[in-house]
Amino acid sequence: MASTTQIETPPAPPGGRSRPRSTGRAGDRIFLGLSRGSGILLLVIMASIAVFLTYRAAIAISKDEGNFFTTFDWNPAGDPPVFGIAILLFGTVVSSIIAMVIAVPIAVGIALFISHYAPRKLAGPIAYVIDLLAAVPSIVYGIWGALVLVPYLEGLNLWLDQFFGWTYIFEKTEIGVARSLFTVGILLAIMILPIVTSVSREVFLQVPRMNEEAALALGATRWEVIRLSVLPFGRSGVISASMLGLGRALGETMAVATVLSPNFLISLHVLNPGGGTFAQNIAAKFGEADAFGRDALIASGLVLFVLTLLVNGAARLIIARRKEYSGANA
Amino acid sequence: MKLQRKNRLRATALGALAVSGALVLTACGSDNNSGGDSGGSGGGQTKAASNVKCDGAKGQLRASGSSAQKNAMDLWVKEYMAACSGVEINYNSSSSGEGIVAFNQGTVGFAGSDSALKPEEVADSKKICKSGQGINLPMVGGPIAIGFHLDGVDSLTLDAPTLAKIFDTKIKKWNDPAIAKLNPDAKLPDKAIQPFHRSEDSGTTQNLGKYLSAAAPADWKYEAEKKWPAPGGQGATASSGVATQVKQVDGSIGYFELSYATSQQITTVDINTGGAAPVKASSENASKAIAAAKVKGTGKDLALDLDYTTKAEGAYPLVLVTYEVVCDTGNKADTLGTVKSFLTYTASADGQKLLTEAGYAPIPEAINAKVRETVAGLS
Repeated sequence: MASTTQIETPPAPPGGRSRPRSTGRAGDRIFLGLSRGSGILLLVIMASIAVFLTYRAAIAISKDEGNFFTTFDWNPAGDPPVFGIAILLFGTVVSSIIAMVIAVPIAVGIALFISHYAPRKLAGPIAYVIDLLAAVPSIVYGIWGALVLVPYLEGLNLWLDQFFGWTYIFEKTEIGVARSLFTVGILLAIMILPIVTSVSREVFLQVPRMNEEAALALGATRWEVIRLSVLPFGRSGVISASMLGLGRALGETMAVATVLSPNFLISLHVLNPGGGTFAQNIAAKFGEADAFGRDALIASGLVLFVLTLLVNGAARLIIARRKEYSGANA
Repeated sequence: MKLQRKNRLRATALGALAVSGALVLTACGSDNNSGGDSGGSGGGQTKAASNVKCDGAKGQLRASGSSAQKNAMDLWVKEYMAACSGVEINYNSSSSGEGIVAFNQGTVGFAGSDSALKPEEVADSKKICKSGQGINLPMVGGPIAIGFHLDGVDSLTLDAPTLAKIFDTKIKKWNDPAIAKLNPDAKLPDKAIQPFHRSEDSGTTQNLGKYLSAAAPADWKYEAEKKWPAPGGQGATASSGVATQVKQVDGSIGYFELSYATSQQITTVDINTGGAAPVKASSENASKAIAAAKVKGTGKDLALDLDYTTKAEGAYPLVLVTYEVVCDTGNKADTLGTVKSFLTYTASADGQKLLTEAGYAPIPEAINAKVRETVAGLS
């Protein structure tokens, strides 16, 4: 987990070309070659994934009789083949947003507790227990979600419907157990908790002692120290941690496939059963799909790929704008 | 620094704990699968498989396809391999679609499929079967059970139009007059019906669709596809997933192969076919319905046309038949002997008898005799 602190880009060397020169010794040159090679290999792999996805997706989309972006159906085996990603895009984004809304505040809370409040003896174990959540395979979350979480959430759903039904979002208009985007969001929140927590914790631990001590010396309380020095310093780190978590939530497959009751309707009533996500749809449809059906699924995978790229790009932009606070610069 | 080192040590220890924890958890996860086939493994394996003829069988045979016949295949392969030493059969129960794709790529000796080959698939098969084409051999029959969970109701009779309306969410309450009329003695509660269906594409869904559109054409206007066609209801993954939901949720109804109902003790719906009495879902009753089927395939192809509207006494009409797909002529020489020998066994009286033990339905003798004849003539 310690290595995840290095997710920031290192500060650009001032004056562009003034990189430390190689000494010309064999070991140095081999290492240079190796690292340059891995960098290029990474780019080649990413480019070939993109080319492969685009090529197969183009085959599928060219035969799609519906509109790929607006059709509310997924039936590439039909005659004529009709499929579109509207539902999947909506479901993926909504369930991930729910997951982020739940997970990020909790994760920041846990990270602050571990780094600034908990006695040392307690902080370690709590951190490890949270990290352990990452070791549980997602299918186990799925089975747990379907067997335990779903029945237990019915009460919460009724409560939300009764008292927050006026928000429209929490109005439950269809009967059925809680196999909804909301439940998926909760499950995803649990699943992304470890990564967001551990990265945030590392960032909070790197706040310069001087800043905190200076604040304390001015008579700030512990909360004021956190508010005035820890949170501003850690903000970009927390944002990148959240984006890492978001990346996981967007791509989560088996847990969602097990818990969600997929259908091809869009509804902002998040408590209603139904919806779908890219990864869940691919897992569900891949087994029985013919060659063309697989191309169609690959086309949907390409959209997920682009979505993830956009999210990561946005995260980098946010971080770049707040470079002065970046943990990597400390 | 010192603190960090200590942390790292603890991290290793807890990492080990995490790994072992994960192992324990995955072990729990895989337990879940054993429910399905526990129904069948009772008496089958203890009998001596003396009637298996191994003539010409040798080496390794790969096959793949329908997961609906997985439990039957497992039993057959076990019996067969016990009798014929040195022969190895691998049936990969992926799905009907994958089975046919593999067959048409020439990577398997035969494929299992829930539905007969489509014309374009037959056309494809001509590349593999150089002098012939792919044909369907009906080998495993089975009832699709409609399971329900309704506290206070132990038995329920429904007919095709009512079933169609329930799965199409046109009937929304258990005390609907249409249900009450079919069940005058039952105390039906004023509770919402929660119909469950398969969330992934499935041959079972397609067979239910075929039944509903044949037996209740006015109420079920969807085409029989592998994808669930109706807008309402809730989805769950695989037959086991649907069965689990029905078991768990009061007021629910769903469909799956009979073995899932048996292993999870789910009450099944009796179907009112218009005959003398409502029919229970059982292997025996399903066989009676398959007996009413006609062969619609031409030449050596034995694809069946099932009579979903049969009113025969004790015939359970909601059935599915899964086929083995082989080449009528032009099979690969190195696996031909094994394919013939194995399929001769599965179509034999002994082989078909095993089906009942696994919750399937044997293919009726009249059709089965033709299957044996066709298998004997494979070249």
